[in-house]
Amino acid sequence: MTKDGHQATSAERARPSPSAISRRTFVKALIGTGAATAFPAVGKLAESWAAVGERGSGQGRVSRQWSMVIDLRKCEGCTTINKPPQCIEACKKVHYLPQGQQWIRVVTERDERGTFFRPIPCMQCENAPCVQVCPVGATYHDASGVVLVDHNRCIGCRLCMAACPYDARVFNWVQPPTPPEAALVTYSPQFPVPHRKGTVSKCMLCAHRTANGELPACAAGCPMKAIYLGDLTTDVATNGDEVVKLSTFLSENHAYRYRGELRTRPRVYYIPGHGEAFGRRLGT
Amino acid sequence: MSEPHRLEAQLLGVMARPPRWYLFVVILLAGTVAWGFYAWTVQYRIGLGVTGLHNRVPWGLYIVNFVFLIGISHAGTLISAILRITGAEWRRPITRMAEVITVVALMTGALMIIVDMGRPDRVLYLVRYGFGYLSSPIMWDVLSVSTYLIGSLIYLYIPLIPDLAVLRDRLDPSAPGWQRWLYRTLAMGWQGTLRQRRRLERALTVMALVIIPIAVSVHTVVSFVFSMTLRVGWHSSIFGPYFVVGAIFSGIAGIIAAMAVFRRIYRLEAWITEEHFRKLGWLLLALNLIYLYFTFSEYLTMGYQPDDAEAALLRLLFTGPYGKLFWPMVVGGLVAPALLAVIPSVPALRSLSTVPFLRPAPVALTAAGLLGSVLIVRTQPQAATLLSWLATWETLRWPLLGLGVLLALSLVPILQARRVASLVIASVLVNVGMWLKRYLVVVPSLAVAQTPIEAIAYRPTWVEYSITAGTFAGFALLYLVFSRLFPIISLWEVREAEDSAIREPADVGTRPYVTPAGGRA
Repeated sequence: MTKDGHQATSAERARPSPSAISRRTFVKALIGTGAATAFPAVGKLAESWAAVGERGSGQGRVSRQWSMVIDLRKCEGCTTINKPPQCIEACKKVHYLPQGQQWIRVVTERDERGTFFRPIPCMQCENAPCVQVCPVGATYHDASGVVLVDHNRCIGCRLCMAACPYDARVFNWVQPPTPPEAALVTYSPQFPVPHRKGTVSKCMLCAHRTANGELPACAAGCPMKAIYLGDLTTDVATNGDEVVKLSTFLSENHAYRYRGELRTRPRVYYIPGHGEAFGRRLGT
Repeated sequence: MSEPHRLEAQLLGVMARPPRWYLFVVILLAGTVAWGFYAWTVQYRIGLGVTGLHNRVPWGLYIVNFVFLIGISHAGTLISAILRITGAEWRRPITRMAEVITVVALMTGALMIIVDMGRPDRVLYLVRYGFGYLSSPIMWDVLSVSTYLIGSLIYLYIPLIPDLAVLRDRLDPSAPGWQRWLYRTLAMGWQGTLRQRRRLERALTVMALVIIPIAVSVHTVVSFVFSMTLRVGWHSSIFGPYFVVGAIFSGIAGIIAAMAVFRRIYRLEAWITEEHFRKLGWLLLALNLIYLYFTFSEYLTMGYQPDDAEAALLRLLFTGPYGKLFWPMVVGGLVAPALLAVIPSVPALRSLSTVPFLRPAPVALTAAGLLGSVLIVRTQPQAATLLSWLATWETLRWPLLGLGVLLALSLVPILQARRVASLVIASVLVNVGMWLKRYLVVVPSLAVAQTPIEAIAYRPTWVEYSITAGTFAGFALLYLVFSRLFPIISLWEVREAEDSAIREPADVGTRPYVTPAGGRA
């Protein structure tokens, strides 16, 4: 597991203030001493995250460095509950996605042990090809390392779509209809609703939800709890059920980054698996 | 100034009284432009959803046209700047034509980018915000293409000044007032004094030197838009020179075609001679071979990799759905033009006409008959029972191909005796081939899935075809209107060469050109 990637980035993107370091040490100590089992309920964790999240964007705040872990051992493509992938459905619902748009996809792949499902959101690359090629700075990293799109600035040249190696970006080819409940939403790059014709969209790791201490829609909507939201600063991740120490969780489970050889340093990690936690048999 | 020069009389005469078809062609072209504009208003209103583009293939015809037009703009630089600096005297009657191609191609090419934008209303954001994001290859394009356009306009305008003075002085009194005003203003008080001519020469030399590196940079950064990404087929370090060579290649083809058209319609055979075609024909062949070499290197390097994605791309190109375009591009756009450029210089080929069965008429008739019966069988089901062995295209593919080769061979002796026709056909083939090549660069690389994802074919819609037609019609229209308002051959440069040839009847083609002021240009 490469740890150098995110350590370097958290250092260069947001230098934690002394209080932040002590906080991180505190959390690390807490988890390291086996207190993780006795760690406060996830709800409480979320509250504490919210307290230091993006909302209090003053001096000396702790900068979250969001990441995501997708445990493929638990992902069975929602086939056992005979439903369409619930992460996609939750994402569509939360973002009022226009017909035909998906900000997270679930694809079927095959390795030597059999087929498996892979949900693919935006990888939130630290070395993001899309950010580099944008001629007007409409797509950028926010302080927590999430790649956002400013739809007030996007000129619709679509070079970011050509540059993205994960096919994560979609374009509003026509003016998407605005459902009544989305009409009164105030647009922000964190929650780009209503959608705008002629601009590029993508998954923003639910920046509007994580700022309030909520899990991204896909993680919250996953019935198998396969998707974890992680914070590299505090080295903690949660799927809403359990809290894990992020670095240990990744290294112990041989996590990897999809197409990592491209060196775009994605913030999304995958734990290899074939949905076996929910009874999928290997070799199918 | 003495009595009008022959060329002056000829060109000014045609400009004042254009042939009858002129108005007809202008109306036709303007109508096509208007139709393209209408298609664009539809696209502006509804969005790019009216095109065949989609999330898997987000770029299509507009980007293809952009690369093609920016490529063809390299005509002017090569003919005008490189040949001027190297003192190639034969360039004189064709510099103006080439420079106009550059300016018009750049204008229409830049337009394609605005047409392709999802938010054309925000095009000025490139100026407002763009300079903060110079890491974007799009910004490199914006800077490079706009510099090239401004430079080319200056480079077109400076040598036009003495001719504008001629127009100002010799304009038909019945000409409308705006035209007089136009020439008077643009001529900027040119009187042809020694001082003015010296300055003109110096400005031209400086501009010629400046414009060459800019032109090289332009098509290099156009290629960087593709090669800076991680896409298979795009992420290649030879893309810069590959694109530059392709641009000059199609630029030469463009100028050959333009020469033939203007020579015919303005009756300029005395100035645009077969010698011009011969020399440009060799240049075309040279660039053709370099481009073939680059193409071979590129695909061989890709094909030798065990990489799945590159293999997938090559399958798409060679045997997949894009093979229909790829092989015509290679055979028709690269191999055939090279042969056509060589044929007129190989007299031995004329002996092909003595082969009895290689007469063009019977071969063509047989081919047409065969093709016709296939079409009948394919469209009329009842005929299929009669000619069931003809029913499939597959059974006839090889006989037809053989007849095609025979037909081409039978045309060889005819083309052998007609260098201009042979080169014009080659030029048209080159430009069609280069357009296809740009399509094959842009679309298949996007169509190769990078992650497991449903592949969707790209089919351009009527909007894209209409805007494309309108753009090329606009190109022709601007060119034609320019040739009506301004001399399409540089009067003073041709005259100057003839004057110095009279004074010193040495070999004009090789002697360094001496200006009246005595300095070397």
